[in-house]
Amino acid sequence: MLKLTFRGGCHPYDGKDLSKDKAIKEWLPKGELVYPLSQHIGAPAKVIVEKGSHVLAGECIAEAGGFVSAPIYASVSGTVKSVEKRRVVTGDLVDCIIIENDGKYEKAPAITDKPYEEMSREEVIATIQKAGIVGMGGAGFPTHVKLSPKEPDKIDTVIVNCAECEPYLTSDYRKMLEEPDLLIKGLQIETALFQNARGVLAVEDNKPDCIKLLKEKTKDLENISVAVLKTKYPQGSERQLIYAVTKRQINSKMLPADAGCIVNNVDTVISICNAVTKGEPLMHRIVTVTGDAIKDPQNFKVLTGTDYSELIEAAGGFIQEPKKIISGGPMMGFALFDLHIPVTKTSSALLCMTEDEVARWEPSACINCGRCVEVCPSRLVPAHLADHAEHFNEEEFLRYNGMECVECGSCSYVCPAKRQLAQSIKTMRKIQLAKRKK
Amino acid sequence: MANENNKTSETNENTAKSENKKALRSVSATPHIRDHSSTARIMSLVIVALMPATLDGIRVFGPKALAIILISIVSCIVFEWGFEKITKQKVTIGDRSAVLTGLLLALNLPVSVPLWMPVLGGFFAIVVVKMLFGGLGKNFMNPALGARCFLMLSFSKLMTDFSYRPGGNGADVVSGPTALASLKNGEAYDLKQMFLGYEAGTIGETSALSLLLGGCFLIAIGVIGWELTYTYILSLLVFVAIFSGHGLDINYLSAHVYGGGLMLGAFFMATDYVTRPITKKGQILYGIFLGVLTGIFRLYGPGAEGVSYAIIIGNLIVPLIERVTLPKHFGYQKPAKAAKN
Repeated sequence: MLKLTFRGGCHPYDGKDLSKDKAIKEWLPKGELVYPLSQHIGAPAKVIVEKGSHVLAGECIAEAGGFVSAPIYASVSGTVKSVEKRRVVTGDLVDCIIIENDGKYEKAPAITDKPYEEMSREEVIATIQKAGIVGMGGAGFPTHVKLSPKEPDKIDTVIVNCAECEPYLTSDYRKMLEEPDLLIKGLQIETALFQNARGVLAVEDNKPDCIKLLKEKTKDLENISVAVLKTKYPQGSERQLIYAVTKRQINSKMLPADAGCIVNNVDTVISICNAVTKGEPLMHRIVTVTGDAIKDPQNFKVLTGTDYSELIEAAGGFIQEPKKIISGGPMMGFALFDLHIPVTKTSSALLCMTEDEVARWEPSACINCGRCVEVCPSRLVPAHLADHAEHFNEEEFLRYNGMECVECGSCSYVCPAKRQLAQSIKTMRKIQLAKRKK
Repeated sequence: MANENNKTSETNENTAKSENKKALRSVSATPHIRDHSSTARIMSLVIVALMPATLDGIRVFGPKALAIILISIVSCIVFEWGFEKITKQKVTIGDRSAVLTGLLLALNLPVSVPLWMPVLGGFFAIVVVKMLFGGLGKNFMNPALGARCFLMLSFSKLMTDFSYRPGGNGADVVSGPTALASLKNGEAYDLKQMFLGYEAGTIGETSALSLLLGGCFLIAIGVIGWELTYTYILSLLVFVAIFSGHGLDINYLSAHVYGGGLMLGAFFMATDYVTRPITKKGQILYGIFLGVLTGIFRLYGPGAEGVSYAIIIGNLIVPLIERVTLPKHFGYQKPAKAAKN
């Protein structure tokens, strides 16, 4: 069968065997819960509770700070302890709401009691907005914004990103296996928003059981299909995924909607289904706790706000003291120097590694081998871009299309000279993006 | 993440106060994993690929060939080490590129040269061509070829004395023109002997078979791409077929491929990472340029050989090729169309 793919990319060791056969377990938090006000792209949420007030599980504690923003819900019942700065995965100190868990898990009323069948298109999107759903693959872009393109009739493909191309991650895989009906229902809800759209579940071919299951479940559905992708990193990158499925290319100045596509992650689509059919706001997600330093790698259903250190405990602790702990996958995740960091809407994994491969290698001179050019999914010349970035040659950096980089890190991964290509390029990109905003 | 400020400072003092009394874990920018390639590994693979040709050279030209190879390698390593010590830089001989340069230089020398020749060549290759321009990755010219051309121009007589004793000291001295020179002068040549390396020439260039083996090994394991070598040889053949007057004479064309430094040059010298264009498109253009230039030198030049000069001249135009072959990025749109969006 024809397998869809893109040009470039690399094949890092995938490590998924550690946790792929572990069924999702629910983990209930013990200590206090921390809710950062910025768990999404856009304006931070605004606090609507006060210190000392009592909240229920599923009660809104911070409302959206604008259109491109998302509300935040308490995931437990308890008392608001304070609103203070806490450290998040990026290492920044961010305003957070701290809630003391009373252990009762008293539930707040559903965010909507209207059955899905009676909802209008606008009401569905409003419900998704109200549920605080954001892109749970890592970017955290508010989903209702994605679902409101300028010309909805031009959307012809709604893609569910089931690629999970990051090594070690198995949270999406488990979700697909365990809740395929919710996933398909969620996709149907999405496709119904666009009159010309078909739904595509895009799965990498290293998950044959998912492909089989989803094909079986969707065989009678007319406008939903399963697309089989070649296993390659970064297949789950939005632009590369759209290209693989539709052969349309978009660049950094365009949105998926410009190519007639909407792309959402597995967990996001399931959250859409839960919000629209059950009135559940977004307050939990699946986190894979894995790595060679973890005793018993697991996939947990975790309430947002839970402290990462609890998850380590839940997975049996460390067999060996890890050298590096990463929130997310090894290619694009954030390294943590401290474990007291809350799970947010965008946390997908906690990866504990006994070796720091970056520190093991000393960067040396570029030998111009061209491997970075071969793997770059954006078809750039990372070796030259990194040179321009390191010499702060902004003009040349832009002329070499540095802003088209998707920051996948494939160039650094394959570099035989072990140069920090992605790091240099990303730093320069941030500088340029900051300048644009001014 | 909402706040993408990727602070990776490893010396964050605030966290020292946190309850976590363990040492801070290391952080870094993404990605957090690396594959197992390394510069030293790539250099080693090229050296391994050159072994058939090296052994063949020693077999055909005798023990003196081995002596030249060893002297050349050792002097390249010593010059790199010495230069870095004197200029107080980090010593980089561990990346094995000096070994490779030394080997390539030796393979480009005729066996009859005096033993000081590889030492002088090593000095020119390492110190003048490579280190003075900033070391590995910064040189704009292939060091081994730069040194060879320097020696050719300075000591043309010694460098073109292709007399040798097949198999070593006991045998009679064989002298005579290289196969390519015979070809140029319209004399007889033996294709089979050329293919197997029983001909006059430099130590490493004569056996087309062993070079082909090594080159195909490098292409098969992905160390070099096939594009550059392929377009180089093909464009030379096309040029020769059109301008030599021999047309599509298969023997004549084969002799051009097996003879002289083409095999060594096309597989091992032109493909030198540092001095070839980085994109595939650039490499194809570069291959065509080299093929045509080699053809001109071989057919119209004073000597029979042209590969070395073609490659070092090719090295000089690489920056220009890079400029015109800047790849179109993913999602590129023609400016007019982009304006509409």
